[in-house]
Amino acid sequence: MLRVAVLKQQGRFTLRARFEAPTPGIVAFFGRSGCGKTTLVNIISGLLTPDEGSVRLDDSVLTDTGSGIAVPVETRRIGYVFQDPRLFPHFSVLGNLRYGQKRAAPATHSISFDEVVALLGLAALLDRQPQQLSGGERQRVALGRALLSQPRLLLLDEPLASLDVARREEVLPYLEALRDRLSIPMVYVSHQFDEVLRLANHVVLMDSGTVVAQGTLGEVSLRPELRALVGPDGVGAVLDGVVTKTDPGRGMADLQLGNGTLYVSLRDVGVGARVRVQLLARDIILATELPRGLSVQNTLKGIVTEVSDDDQDAVLVKVDVGGAIVLARITQNALDTLHLSAGRSVWVLIKAVSTRGHAFRM
Amino acid sequence: MSDFPSSAELDALRLSLEVAARSVGFSLPLAVLAAWVLTRARFPGRPVLDAFVHLPLVLPPVAVGYVLLILFGVHGVIGGWLRDRLGIQLAFTTAGAALATAVMTFPLMVRAIRMALENVDLGLEAAARTLGAGPWDRFFTITLPLMLPGILAGAVTAFAAGLGEFGAVITFASNIPGATRTLPLALYTAIQSPGGDAPATRLAILSIVLGLLGLLAAELLARRMRRFLGR
Repeated sequence: MLRVAVLKQQGRFTLRARFEAPTPGIVAFFGRSGCGKTTLVNIISGLLTPDEGSVRLDDSVLTDTGSGIAVPVETRRIGYVFQDPRLFPHFSVLGNLRYGQKRAAPATHSISFDEVVALLGLAALLDRQPQQLSGGERQRVALGRALLSQPRLLLLDEPLASLDVARREEVLPYLEALRDRLSIPMVYVSHQFDEVLRLANHVVLMDSGTVVAQGTLGEVSLRPELRALVGPDGVGAVLDGVVTKTDPGRGMADLQLGNGTLYVSLRDVGVGARVRVQLLARDIILATELPRGLSVQNTLKGIVTEVSDDDQDAVLVKVDVGGAIVLARITQNALDTLHLSAGRSVWVLIKAVSTRGHAFRM
Repeated sequence: MSDFPSSAELDALRLSLEVAARSVGFSLPLAVLAAWVLTRARFPGRPVLDAFVHLPLVLPPVAVGYVLLILFGVHGVIGGWLRDRLGIQLAFTTAGAALATAVMTFPLMVRAIRMALENVDLGLEAAARTLGAGPWDRFFTITLPLMLPGILAGAVTAFAAGLGEFGAVITFASNIPGATRTLPLALYTAIQSPGGDAPATRLAILSIVLGLLGLLAAELLARRMRRFLGR
């Protein structure tokens, strides 16, 4: 468990954050630029000292202003991948990778050099100088360097922010591989929700220096605070399911969600794979009677649990479809016409192609 | 003009090189320390220290030489102690000439090293910290190597300037042939002697050639270093 409760004043900016996240796993700090994510990460790393508060990782106290504990950065064993790669220009890629490894106590070695090189695809880069690398390659080397310092926790502060969209795809699969193969807890800072969706299993939602919501990605996806960050079109329940049947010919798969089954567009997955999907609220249709003759592939029976105002024109309806909660964004007019309220039975219509799915190996 | 350079001129040349080299050797570690303190440390007396380090730049060199004589002279506060305890005499010796030169060129060196230190990315040091490197470790593996171009530039500039140091050297170390009579002192002596025009000209030419070589070497070195650091 990573447990943080800190207060830090920086000029006019105040960071007041408290959260808990399970370890191992990836916890995402999600919020706008300037909301204090980097400050919080720096406090966890020890590069910044909080005015008050504590940072605890599993059963060790890293910072506690109350009892005067402040483990120095260099002995904390917390890896840090910064926004800019910060590779040492006077060392080769190999020298950069070995820098942290040499300084880690032999007893702590759990990730081998060969493993990291293979996992991050660095074999061809070892003899190069940092300035001969592309942006994506640099960030991969920075990742490898941090991993080889044998960290107990890995901090990733928007490691993709300095890369363009194409380059991001050069790094993201490696991050997924790290998550799936290593058991190092990670903190992933981002202001891109799709990165959070692909990587994290726990989310700390931040806004102007405070934590406004926290929990599993599924829980946070239902929280109204998220809407301010992702906009009305980004809102949607995030659900983790298991593939029960595949139809490679059509690029479709059956996904078990709670007690129901969702038929979704999904390629390159096998039966038993854990898959995360986001069902965007704006794409979901509600019906009070079972419709017929529609192209929609999924018709799930559910019960309305909550109706909340979204904005002037629309409302958000939470529907329990047998253990899984989905969110639907419908107009106020539709709500009135269908007489929807908590407790009412509805049919939830979900287009198979409107689900954003990401395969997990867990 | 049969033997150019003459043995006396060769002596002066050799002595100039020796004095400049020894002065750089003296002051380099101290200059790195001073640059580090002036750039990174925060303490109340910093502006005073800064001004003190730069003092030789604005003082008449003769004044610097005279202050050295008071402090390091045979009967000086420090000079007397050095002679009694360690048997070292600085005034009127080659080592003394090097000390005077070191003091005079110290600000040049500190300035160059400071600039280099200010350009070292603190982010890289923070990264080294997260990778387990303590303060000294960071200094010797990250900060110092990245400052190297500036340190070399400072050393070469100080060396080149040291070849021509006159006022402080003649005041503190006097003008002793073979011991403290460096190129500029030999040049001055030649000008003062009747019929010394020809030797003076030769010495002047020697100084110019030496200066040019020094500057070219500095440029070449700087390029090499930039390539080494990949900039």
